Formats: sequence, C-alpha cells, structure tokens
Amino acid sequence: MNFALTKEQKMLQKSIRQYIKKKCPNSLVKELAASEKGYSPELWKEMAELGWMGLVFPDEYEGSNFSFFDLVLFFEEMGYNICPGPLFSTLVLSGLPILNYADNKLKSEILPQISTGEIILTMAVTEENADYIPSSIKTSAIKEGDEYIINGTKLFVNDAHVSDYILCVARTDETPNPEDGVTLFMVNAKTPGVEISLMKNVTLEKPCEVKFENVKVPAKNIIGKLNNGWMIVNDTIEKAALVKSAEMIGGARGTMDLALQYAKERVQFQRPIGSFQAVQQHFANMWLGINGCRDLVYLAASKTAKGEHAEKEIAMAKARTGKIFREVTTLGHQIFGAIGYTMEHDMHLYRRQALSGDITFGNTYSQLDKIAVSLGL
Amino acid sequence: MDFEFTEEELAFREEVENFARSEMPREIEEKAYLWPGGYGTLPIFEKEFEEFCRNFFLKLGKKGWLSLGWPEKYGGVNSIVKQAIVDDVLSYHRAPCAHAATSIVAPTLMRFGSDEMNNIWMPGIINGTTSFWLGYSEPDVGSDLGSVKTTAVKDGSEYVVNGQKIWSSGAHVTDYCWLLAKTDDSSKHKGMSLFIVDNNTPGVTIKPITNIAGIDSFNEVFFDDVRVPEKNLVGEKNNGFYYVMSALEHERIVIGFGTFRRILDELTQYVKEKKKAVGNTREYEEARNIIALMAIEVEVLKSFFWRTVWMMDNGHKANIEASALKLFCSELGVSLSNSAVDILGLYGQIDKGTKWTQFGGRAGIGYLDSISGPIGAGASEIQRVLIATRGLGLPRG
Repeated sequence: MNFALTKEQKMLQKSIRQYIKKKCPNSLVKELAASEKGYSPELWKEMAELGWMGLVFPDEYEGSNFSFFDLVLFFEEMGYNICPGPLFSTLVLSGLPILNYADNKLKSEILPQISTGEIILTMAVTEENADYIPSSIKTSAIKEGDEYIINGTKLFVNDAHVSDYILCVARTDETPNPEDGVTLFMVNAKTPGVEISLMKNVTLEKPCEVKFENVKVPAKNIIGKLNNGWMIVNDTIEKAALVKSAEMIGGARGTMDLALQYAKERVQFQRPIGSFQAVQQHFANMWLGINGCRDLVYLAASKTAKGEHAEKEIAMAKARTGKIFREVTTLGHQIFGAIGYTMEHDMHLYRRQALSGDITFGNTYSQLDKIAVSLGL
Repeated sequence: MDFEFTEEELAFREEVENFARSEMPREIEEKAYLWPGGYGTLPIFEKEFEEFCRNFFLKLGKKGWLSLGWPEKYGGVNSIVKQAIVDDVLSYHRAPCAHAATSIVAPTLMRFGSDEMNNIWMPGIINGTTSFWLGYSEPDVGSDLGSVKTTAVKDGSEYVVNGQKIWSSGAHVTDYCWLLAKTDDSSKHKGMSLFIVDNNTPGVTIKPITNIAGIDSFNEVFFDDVRVPEKNLVGEKNNGFYYVMSALEHERIVIGFGTFRRILDELTQYVKEKKKAVGNTREYEEARNIIALMAIEVEVLKSFFWRTVWMMDNGHKANIEASALKLFCSELGVSLSNSAVDILGLYGQIDKGTKWTQFGGRAGIGYLDSISGPIGAGASEIQRVLIATRGLGLPRG
C-alpha cells in the first residue's frame, strides 16, 4: 500500500497548475467559452510544445511517455483551473483509442500530429437516444468498393466544429446482438457530406450536431477491426468517464478553495463568515465529499494503468464524483451569496462544469446499474 | 500509488480469516447485532457476551494481535496496517478485536506513561487480560470535555475522587476506569489529569443504562470518596486533557470496517433471495439502486480507512483524516440502516429470533442503534468543525 504520489507526479501537477493559472485566467476562460471556437490556438500550440498533447504516447510518436495514471492527474489539474478547449476530445476520446487499437500505419500518421498540436480530433458516439449503448447506434456505414458510405446524425459531439478528424461510431451490420455490428471510422471532417453545427447550450463545452450524408470514408480508416468497434468505444468511454471524474475532482477542489478564500475574508457581524459553525459544516462536507471521491478515482486509475479490469471502480468513481461536484458547487454558491450568482463572478464556471461533467459518459444513475451488475444483482 | 496489500499482508489476512472461522462461534456471530458505526450493539459492551469476549481477548493476546501496531518492546511489530487487517477481518465475523485498553489506554501509556507504570499495565493489555472503560463524559459534560467536574484531590500518597460519569460504555463488563478528573480548579484545560481506577475500589458504583436498542451497553458511574493510589496518575499531573486529545486518532481507526462490508453483503444477499422468490419487481429495481449507492459509500469508507492507516503507519500526522474517518463512519452507519429498512419494508420492524425474522433482525435494531454513531465519541458536528478549522484553516468561532 502506498497512498503517496511520486516526486515526478507532484512536479507534473505543479507545472500544470502554475501554467494554467498564469496562461488561462478566468477572464480568458469566460472569453473562450463565449467565443465560437471555444479555445485559444496560441495556448494549444504552447501546450503541445510542453509535451502535453502527446502526454501518454511513446517516444516514437513524439510523445512524453507518461502513464495513464499521470493522464488522470493531468486532467484533475485541468479541472482545478479551467482551460476550455478540445483537449479532452483530442487526448482522451481520440488519442487513446488510436494509440490502443489503430494499425501502425494510422498511428504513425496521426499520433505525431496530435503530439505536435497540428490536429484536433473528437469522437462521435451518441445519437438521439443520448446514451452509450450499442443498440442506439443507428448511423450506418455501407461498403462500396474500397470505401464506406456513412449516413446518420450524431449529437453531443464535443468540439466537432474545430476538429480535423471525427472518430465516427457507425453500424456496419444488423446483428442479433447490437454490439457485434458496430465499427469505428476515422473521418476527415472536411469530407463532403459532413455538416457540423453547434448545439446551443449552457455549459462551457461545445457540443455539436454532426450530420453525415453519403460521406465516403476509405476502408483503411477503420480503427481496429470491422464490426469490432463497440469494444473500442466501450473501453474509451470507460476511460473517459474516469478521466472526466478526475477533472471534476479538480473542479470541486477549485470550487472549495475559491469559497474558502472568500469565507476567510468576508466579514459579517464583525467576524469572518468562515468562523461561523454553520459555514464550517458546509466546508467539512465539501472536504469529505471531495476526498472520498479522490481515492475512488485514483484506485480506478491505478487498476486501469496496470491493464486490470476496472469497470466497477470506474462506475463508482463517476457515479459519486458527478453528484459530489454538483453538491460542492451548490454549497460554494451558498457561501458566496448573490455575488456568486452573477456572470461577473467565477463561481458559475464551476457550476457549469459540474453539470457537463456529471451528465457526460453516464450520470450517477446510469453507473449504478453497472455497479449492481458487478454485485450479482 | 499502490492500493494493494503486500504478499505478506495477504498471507496475514488469510491467517486472521482462518482464525475467525475456527474461533468465532457461529451462534455468537448470528446473535450479536453489531450495527456498523454504532456504539450500542457492540458485543464488548454487553453482559451477555462478557465471558465470551474475555476469553476471545485472551486468544487474541496469545496470538499477539492486540499489540500489532506497537513497538517490539510492547509485543508489537510496528504495523498499523496489520492491526487494521485484524479489525477488518474479525469485525466482519462480528468478533471483538479491540477495546478501550488497546485503542486508547495503551497508545497513551506508551507515549506518556512512566516506565514503572507501563511495566505494571502494558503486559495485561498486551495479553488481553486487562480491560478498561473511558471515564470522560459527565451529566453536564458532553462535547465540551474541558468542563469535567469530577474532582481528584491529593491526600497523602493518594487522590480522593468525587463525582459522576455517565454514558460510560462497558463500565459494567470491564475492570478499570480510565478517568479524566479535575486536579486544578484555577485552570480549565490545564487543570485535568488522567487516572487508572479499579472498578472494585470502595466508593465506585456502576449502574447500567438501557439503550434505545434495549441493550445495557452504557452506565452511570458514581465516585464517592474513592481513594486512588498516586502511582495510578498517568503521566504528569494536569496534563490529562492533552493526553486525551492526543490519543484520539488511535481510537478513530478502530472502526470495525468489516461490519460495513458484512451488512452490505447480507443486504445484497437478501435482495438476491427476494428476487428469486418474487421475481423482478419495481421494488427489486429500487433495491438494486440503493445497494449500488451503498456499495460506493462502503468503497469510500474503505479508502478513507486504509489511507488513514497508511498515513499513521508512515509517520504522517493524520488527525484530520482520523476525524473525517470517524465522521464518515458514523454517517454511513445511519445511511446503511436507512437503506436496510427501505429495502425490508414491513419486515424491517421484526427483531431477531422469530420465524418471521429476516436479515438477522438487524434492520430495525440498526435503525435504532445507528443514531449513536453521530452522537458518540465526538459528535459529527464537532468532527466537521475540526476538519474546517484544523484542516482548512477557518478561524475558530
């Protein structure tokens, strides 16, 4: 047993924290969130130069060779000081499945471009049913010569509007078991027939509707094997749920620290409000909620990094973290009172993050089913 | 980070598991309610189990399992992890594995007691013959322990104790009192001292109180001119309050973690059997969700528990974590009992020992007993204030 992070991991955390704090202050976060693009190309380039885009890729793909556990720590810090942009979509939703399942040719073509910050990618899974189950995949890909023709509509595809490639999850066969006929395609976003529009939303994410109308994709752009795509999607969504949990922990910590500073400074009845026990109870509950989730995330990350099956642990981490992050922002707002309810203040950034984090990759209730199954229920 | 036990620890776990299977009588495992996080249904505080517990502690002493976390000099191997393994595995079987002697008295003596005192008291604690109760709370002294009114006045080579203690868990089934008494009126926190008092000293009167679950687990204890030899003063005079506070983190890792796992397992089993009997009902779907939610919380407790244990084993200060552990434990005991009665419905009210008993009759008793957790041994509100002030640096009110 060892509950300590290594010196290198602590250094990684510190450098991310310092960099984001300096380069992406909340004034910029608000500006980026309001912009159509939703990210800063200058920061994107810089982060690539720092080696963060290829964080978990090996040297041969110009990566930085960090472990999956380190990736989890990385996103925890990215949640603490928010930095909007297609980082999650590129690194987690696309980089991981390409690294783990694509053939060597595709890997050597794509991964170095991710590492150097030249391209942005995302994955298109969800459709109208807004869930992550194989029977909901109606978008079809039909073989025609050396190509596949994709038709269908994907929803909630974050960052598709700025992506160079979209990993599209499509049905390639009607099988009794719906997961046996799903394939993952890498689609160039500029291909004729791809139509992308932003979905108007209230979080800091940039979800898109992506329409595929007779979109031609070469067969060599299949990631993994034909009809074997669901396994890849499932693995990616699980890992994404875990990394998102880490990001939410960071966000919850950020919320608590923001409120803590205020509670120490804000004076009412001639004393700092943080000296009132009613306020202290709120903070203890935040601390307890956050720290209770943190080790669930680290445990799941440690198992996943070792290549062990961690479905239950990930489900537990995601189920609880989403709930806790929302609760922590509720308490944080209670500390701030009216000022936290304004656009001018920073609290709403976390409030929004808690919503998108909780509902993406399966909310609490959808995770509970997996946990019950793992208990034999 | 590494969340796994070492090979050696796993082998030790196995050894404790085998011991529990052979030494813990099935009938007591069934009979003891032992609701997780509560204080009123612990077998060590019940007359009915007194003889069994005394014998069991002797066996644990023989194994060296009461002193695992302590230095070699005191019969230990310096492994709080191993001590926690004993807590985890034995409590799953509802077996006793720790009491005030091991979780409070010994850690305090080892740190602050004189060699002479330790030579007298430590051997009996290590081999499981000596048991203690904690003489802290009084009728007017609950969370504010600094206001103790019981006095100990020096008279020759003795102290004369007068006053009353209450909510004294297990005083009626143990041998000695670990007494906090006022020795200097001119100071509050720096005017208290700790003493060891034999229950059989003239002037000590112990009267059991029946708790909400119908069990005599605690007592009121009266001290009328009780004469205590000076050599029973622990450490230095007037330092008692400090000693009491210093020992808290040791007490707080004794949580009976296995009792939580046990209730979760039994509740899961209950739901599985119910499904077999009545099929896939709406209630079953709800029970599944309730159990999944509880499984997450038990997993959280698990990491709080082992992280705190690991910290203490590696010389990190863990008082915030220990407070959080105590707080989380108590609150989880309540939510588990709420979950159990939600799942059992009408059967939730039926006690053990009838032909209609389900879930060992523990749901209703757990519902009643669990409220002791957030009240006892430092109320939840107090733990939260400690986290907020000591942990997060908020100013004291």
